[in-house]
Amino acid sequence: MYAFEYHRPTSVKEAASLAGQAEDMKFLAGGHTLLPTMKLRLAGPSNLIDLGQIAELRGIERSGDTITIGAMMKHAEVASSAEVKQAIPALAEMAELIGDPHVRNRGTIGGSIANNDPSADYPAACLALNATIITNQRKIAADDFFQGIFTTALEEGEIITQVSFKIPSQAAYAKFRNPASRYALVGVFVAKHADGARVAVTGAGSNGVFRVPEMEQALSGNFAPEALDGIAVSQDEMNSDIHADAAYRAHLVGVMARRAVQAASARG
Amino acid sequence: MTATGIGAPVRRKEDQRFVTGQGRYVDDFNRPGQAHAYFLRSPHAHAAIRSIDTGPATIMPGVIAVFTGDDLAADKIGGLICGWMIHSKDGSPMKAGPHPALAQGKVRYVGDHVAVVIAETLAQAKDAAEAIVVDYDVLPAVVDTAQATKASVQVHEVSPDNTVFNWHLGNKDETEAAFARAKHVTKIDLVNNRLVPNPIEPRAAVGEYDFGTDNYTLYTTSQNPHVARLVLSAFIGVAPEHKLRVIAPDVGGGFGSKIFIYAEETVCVWAAKKVKRPVKWTSDRSEAFLSDAHGRDHVTHAEMATDENGKIIGLRVHTTANLGAYLSTFSSSVPTYLYAPLLSGQYDIPAIYCEVDGVYTNTAPVDAYRGAGRPEATFVVERLVEKTARELGQNPAEFRRKNYITQFPHATPVIMTYDTGDYAASLDKALEIADYKNFQQRKQESARRGKLRGIGFSSYIEACGIAPSQAVGSLGAGVGLWESAEVRVNPTGSVEVLTGSHSHGQGHETTFAQLVSDRLGISIDQVSIVHGDTDKVQFGMGTYGSRSGAVGMSAIAKAIDKVIAKGKKVAAHVLEASEGDIEFKDGRFGVAGTDRSMAFGEIALQAYIAHKFSGQDLEPGLKEGAFYDPTNFTFPAGVHICEVEIDPDTGVTKIERWTAVDDFGVIINPMIVEGQVHGGIAQGVGQALLEGAFYDESGQLITASFNDYCMPRAIDLPSFQVGMTVTPCPSNPLGIKGCGEAGAIAAPPAVINAITDALGHEDIAMPATPQAVWRAAQKARMPMAAE
Repeated sequence: MYAFEYHRPTSVKEAASLAGQAEDMKFLAGGHTLLPTMKLRLAGPSNLIDLGQIAELRGIERSGDTITIGAMMKHAEVASSAEVKQAIPALAEMAELIGDPHVRNRGTIGGSIANNDPSADYPAACLALNATIITNQRKIAADDFFQGIFTTALEEGEIITQVSFKIPSQAAYAKFRNPASRYALVGVFVAKHADGARVAVTGAGSNGVFRVPEMEQALSGNFAPEALDGIAVSQDEMNSDIHADAAYRAHLVGVMARRAVQAASARG
Repeated sequence: MTATGIGAPVRRKEDQRFVTGQGRYVDDFNRPGQAHAYFLRSPHAHAAIRSIDTGPATIMPGVIAVFTGDDLAADKIGGLICGWMIHSKDGSPMKAGPHPALAQGKVRYVGDHVAVVIAETLAQAKDAAEAIVVDYDVLPAVVDTAQATKASVQVHEVSPDNTVFNWHLGNKDETEAAFARAKHVTKIDLVNNRLVPNPIEPRAAVGEYDFGTDNYTLYTTSQNPHVARLVLSAFIGVAPEHKLRVIAPDVGGGFGSKIFIYAEETVCVWAAKKVKRPVKWTSDRSEAFLSDAHGRDHVTHAEMATDENGKIIGLRVHTTANLGAYLSTFSSSVPTYLYAPLLSGQYDIPAIYCEVDGVYTNTAPVDAYRGAGRPEATFVVERLVEKTARELGQNPAEFRRKNYITQFPHATPVIMTYDTGDYAASLDKALEIADYKNFQQRKQESARRGKLRGIGFSSYIEACGIAPSQAVGSLGAGVGLWESAEVRVNPTGSVEVLTGSHSHGQGHETTFAQLVSDRLGISIDQVSIVHGDTDKVQFGMGTYGSRSGAVGMSAIAKAIDKVIAKGKKVAAHVLEASEGDIEFKDGRFGVAGTDRSMAFGEIALQAYIAHKFSGQDLEPGLKEGAFYDPTNFTFPAGVHICEVEIDPDTGVTKIERWTAVDDFGVIINPMIVEGQVHGGIAQGVGQALLEGAFYDESGQLITASFNDYCMPRAIDLPSFQVGMTVTPCPSNPLGIKGCGEAGAIAAPPAVINAITDALGHEDIAMPATPQAVWRAAQKARMPMAAE
């Protein structure tokens, strides 16, 4: 790890101000991507702005048909939140599937979304649950937020403060873990909303998280596993590595989508 | 048996300190004035070094010195050695290329050692390493085992076609004749996947030099500190043997990878004198992936011949073994004498012929890893036996039984003489525990849920208790493989046992104490086990090859016998009886036919106060040593049965049941033995389902972190059903065969046999990842539908 200046603001305003002044700066949330990268000397920001002491980035609140989660809430907190479990059990279950207990007690929802790792779980939840990413500057629809691997709509110095999820009538997340890393090799989040179904896939796409319009259309008519029969995603846009090639990933998208719909339907 | 004697499931004495964080590992040793070493490693698999400019690094903050291979050469420090000479079929010695501790002119794998920076802090050493300018002429690399001899790339000048040796064992003519008259021949092509050892504690070394006494000290993560001292002094020439103290304190797992003498500890000892400071190096996990000696990496074609009665009459095997870029300490023995002699398995096979081509590639050195050659042999035999049974339409269990060796001793065509065993007894017990008779029902039940269920056997044998010194000497070993022990009885009757074995997880502090408790009738709390320090233990060969029970404890038993004999002499004087009338029983020396007796501790005190005998009659004190050299290998054997259920939609293989019935001979501590079985199976399952080290074409290790290299987790394993059968080993005084490697040897073929059984075809390689199994299951869908 290279030397860096460490800052620990206590308000979003202060964090933004620091970000405006500091050269070559990175925000630190849970640090589960950033810190290992720094330890391996693959990243060496001059300034690290730790968001961990900012109270306004915390909290979970339900209001009407949305549930809003503070950006610095840890995966374990989301997984065990009574409000989340009651409103969107699928979201709590998804958080419980991230990494291992260490990761879940350090990693944050905001950090995961800002990083947009192509194998992270939260991006799929955001798309399927028609989320709104709230920053210190604006509100961004999830559909506009994720712009490819490790790329988002966030501007330099912009801070995610909250994520607001639409509460669906039914939802589930089916994850096929990378056996080694426990990231999603393929993760499919399905949700049935009043205005139609959403299907979001993480881990599989060569350009990061994506929605599957054919599946959404079929499920909007009939939210049942058999509605997906005969629908396949193209392997052309699938990721390929030593763990899973494009054809296997494309196949797993179909399997995981059916299993997610099954689980969502079983929950009623 | 006493409460803490042989056969008692005593809780491990050492665990209190391990689980409370009080263990003391090499990295816990910090010496006054200590500096830190960081090794600049090659980013290229194969390159000529045009120049190294260390100048910019030497002026960085905190830098004490920067050294390259030239500095080692100037001090006449020798290269690392391979201690087992293998001769090719034509009688020529193996082609050993130079193995400098720091590169001289060329790098040969990613992670090869280019230079070392010694600095006040590790961070400063790392910063400075980045400032070293190395001008590389990058060369094409050879990484593929099977293609190594055909490549245009040459790893070492001494070997134009990258061949280390073309070795063979067995009887070629008889084997050819057997195949000529065979009714059926079964053929198989196998890859034994390369593995990264990954002990939980990475390697580490602290070198220290005392200018006052001219003594060197090396703290190192070693399974065999005396061998390290011998190699570092006699061959590499870092320090004279009598001036070098090697300490291997608590060591957190080795699995073979800490047997070897590596570049890093060599440099730390040497550099400590150069910079006049203790020098410490601790591997990080990334370095461990790149530079710990890897395991396995065989490509094999094998054929099994059977006659009209379904009896195996011949086996021929051709293996290409990847030894990596350099010959590591015992690398040459692993795919040769630790491999081919096990190709008879548990079977009466009259003719066997095996050829092994050892090859160089631009990959990390490959050496012994838990099982070392024997898992590779067992994989060949057990996959081939299973496939043969299937092709002949025979039940795989009964096919094995029909071909088992039943008469002992049994001389195989591949130089081993099995001493004892009862393979059918293990098979019967395993079939019962596995509830084999109801397997078809379970298979049908799985099929109803759309799942594929399969069952696989592994009837393994291993040669452990390594090894009779004369025998291994005749096969090319540079050392004898006996073991030493010293039993020191204190005046209060407590006992210190100094052993040449080394515990790095095995629980010797408990099991060795149990032997003493059993023999001397004292509590294990009265016994201390001392190991891992060349200043305390005079010499020893260390721990590997499941040898510490059979060989290490036999040495202790021999020393205890001498202690008892001396104790009888003391007792004769004290009890005023003739020595011939003294009996030692239940911890007491007594006069036969009388009620006169004294406890062991009382006699110990008498031995030291020496009031009851004159120095002319008897030497005071009670301390005896012994060297024990075994007369044969030991032959643990058993039957493992693995039952899997495959989800054909995802390719996920779930191990539903695991039955292990092992014959380890006499067992000292059944709880520890069961733990060894569990750990071994976990590693074997890791190899079969999860683990694989892969290099890309340019020689970059793709699986260089736990993000991509998949270690087994608890969730990947079922609860094991462990049973034992016992045929005591006749070749050592304790009847012990050894248990440390059995699981890792038995497990891989059991898993793959179960998967191929479930799929209905043979086309699956290790690791059988979900992707691989899914793809294979596509072919198997038709048979499933028919059920």
